[in-house]
Amino acid sequence: MLRFLAHRLALAVPTLVLASMIIFALQQLLPGDVATALTGEERDPEVIAFIRQKYHLDQPLPVRYAYWAAGVLQGDLGVSVRLQKPVAELVLEKLPVTLELACLAMLVALAIGVPMGILSAVKRGTWMDAAANGIALWGLSIPNFWLGILLILLFSVHLGWLPASGYVSPGESLVDNLRAMAMPAFVLGNAIAAVMMRHTRAAMLGVLGSDYVRTARAKGVSPLRLVLRHALPNAAIPIITLGALEFGQLLSGAVLTEQVFSVPGFGKLMVDAVFNRDFATVQGVVICTAATYIALNLAADVLSAVVNPKLRRA
Amino acid sequence: MSTGTPVTGTAGIAAPAGGRSREPGSLAAFWRRLCARPGAVIGLAIVVAVVGMAVLADLIAPYDPTATDWGAVRAAPSLAHPFGGDEVGRDVLSRIIYGARASLRAGLVSVGLAVALGLPIGLVAGYAGGWVDAAIMRLTDALLAIPFLILAIALAAFLGPSLTNAMLAIGLSATSIFVRLTRAQVRAVAAEEFVEAARAVGNPPWRIALVHILPNIVPAILVQATLTIAAAIIAEASLSFLGLGQQPPEPSWGAMLNVAKNFMEQAPWMAIWPGVSIFLAVLAFNLLGDGLRDALDPRQRT
Repeated sequence: MLRFLAHRLALAVPTLVLASMIIFALQQLLPGDVATALTGEERDPEVIAFIRQKYHLDQPLPVRYAYWAAGVLQGDLGVSVRLQKPVAELVLEKLPVTLELACLAMLVALAIGVPMGILSAVKRGTWMDAAANGIALWGLSIPNFWLGILLILLFSVHLGWLPASGYVSPGESLVDNLRAMAMPAFVLGNAIAAVMMRHTRAAMLGVLGSDYVRTARAKGVSPLRLVLRHALPNAAIPIITLGALEFGQLLSGAVLTEQVFSVPGFGKLMVDAVFNRDFATVQGVVICTAATYIALNLAADVLSAVVNPKLRRA
Repeated sequence: MSTGTPVTGTAGIAAPAGGRSREPGSLAAFWRRLCARPGAVIGLAIVVAVVGMAVLADLIAPYDPTATDWGAVRAAPSLAHPFGGDEVGRDVLSRIIYGARASLRAGLVSVGLAVALGLPIGLVAGYAGGWVDAAIMRLTDALLAIPFLILAIALAAFLGPSLTNAMLAIGLSATSIFVRLTRAQVRAVAAEEFVEAARAVGNPPWRIALVHILPNIVPAILVQATLTIAAAIIAEASLSFLGLGQQPPEPSWGAMLNVAKNFMEQAPWMAIWPGVSIFLAVLAFNLLGDGLRDALDPRQRT
């Protein structure tokens, strides 16, 4: 198990380093002088000189990367020119909001996707299977920002049941927090539910066709017990691994969902930073997203190895 | 939703009908198998309709998509403006028709770019193996670690907002998908006996890769490309919705929704039609992609 962990970590570290290089290199895409571009609207020569010195812009690219990476490793993601705050502070401020949204959305996705996937695999070829596949296709094809707009039209504008925007922290009022998060979490979870349904269906079909399930069935195990006790634990491995991969999708989707419902999270921070030409913040958000994603994948690998000892030898 | 449900159901039942063909390799047989799937046929029909709309926009759009009319500001749907008017009195129907151009261009150009870059790189990685393969794989892992839309937004941020840059950003973000797929396919095909035979008779590596392996991986690439067009259309709409894609006043479905969300109480029709258009276009490419996969892979039918 330890060797497995070490192997996985050895793969994750270079991935993160390469990702950070790509994110750093984005700066090179800026048209014109980097220092001038980084300062945004500011044209004060003093500020430009400060930026040039702060980011070592007179040095060659690899040296600049080394300075930047050393800073990132010490938790220094740079300073937001627009908000006059360290980027790391901004990220830490917004991260809990997006994490809450992502976790609620994942719950929605699991609650809809997994039972639907099991049902459609068990009832393969029936109308229930067809209905589940139809719903999944709908979930995959509907743009989540549009679904958000439609829900606002229905539940906020027409029925007045839920607030269209406005975030309340759970510390202030948990009920108001959940009321504000209900629509964003559903919208964000909707597309992932479709993917989870497809993964669950495929995994269950694979397991249900295997010899040991046939043997269990022949021995008279009840259908419910067969599915939940015998088949589901083995089908869970791909569901866990693929589910973790969907967290990337979740973070992408959060950018749009937060924009529609004005949720003050990670995504909103990034979009606002893009418009303010606040590039340090954009880079900071992207590197944190990549790190989160890699960590989640690592966690999923380890979790599947815990569930299935066969994988540890890989 | 109501279109999706019966479609997939009958697709499953109709599957054995496609199995009648005796020559699974021929184009005609493939076409018959594709047409045996109602989902694929509906998808194809919508794709053809959207392409027709984009190509013939100049002929079929009732108004100039950027012409403003003060009499039609946020006008409710009527005979003169069947889909209503927008915030400055432009005809929503005309903007939907012209908007198909931005969406299709984004879908086709960005996926074309992703395939053009990803296919050769994946081919090299899969066939060369060794450290070349390892290096390419680490790089795609790193790219995949940055979620698709986040990478596209970051690229659009640094490149500056425009439809061209959005397409570039989406294409580059999707490249790693094709590198991975091509590599996996190449490795599977390279292990087959006919490749072994081709190597044994002394074919050079480039000839084996291009003549013997490439044709066998085209179906998988085609299916993935179709499904990725769907994702790219959503991505373009998303970037435009955020203001990072097509710039006003040029019409784009995503950008129309961006404005519409500010007028939801006064003019809900501004939000309905662009969304329906994105949904149908994406659904169509998803249906077509699923249909192609079933029709191209004879093993799935047994």
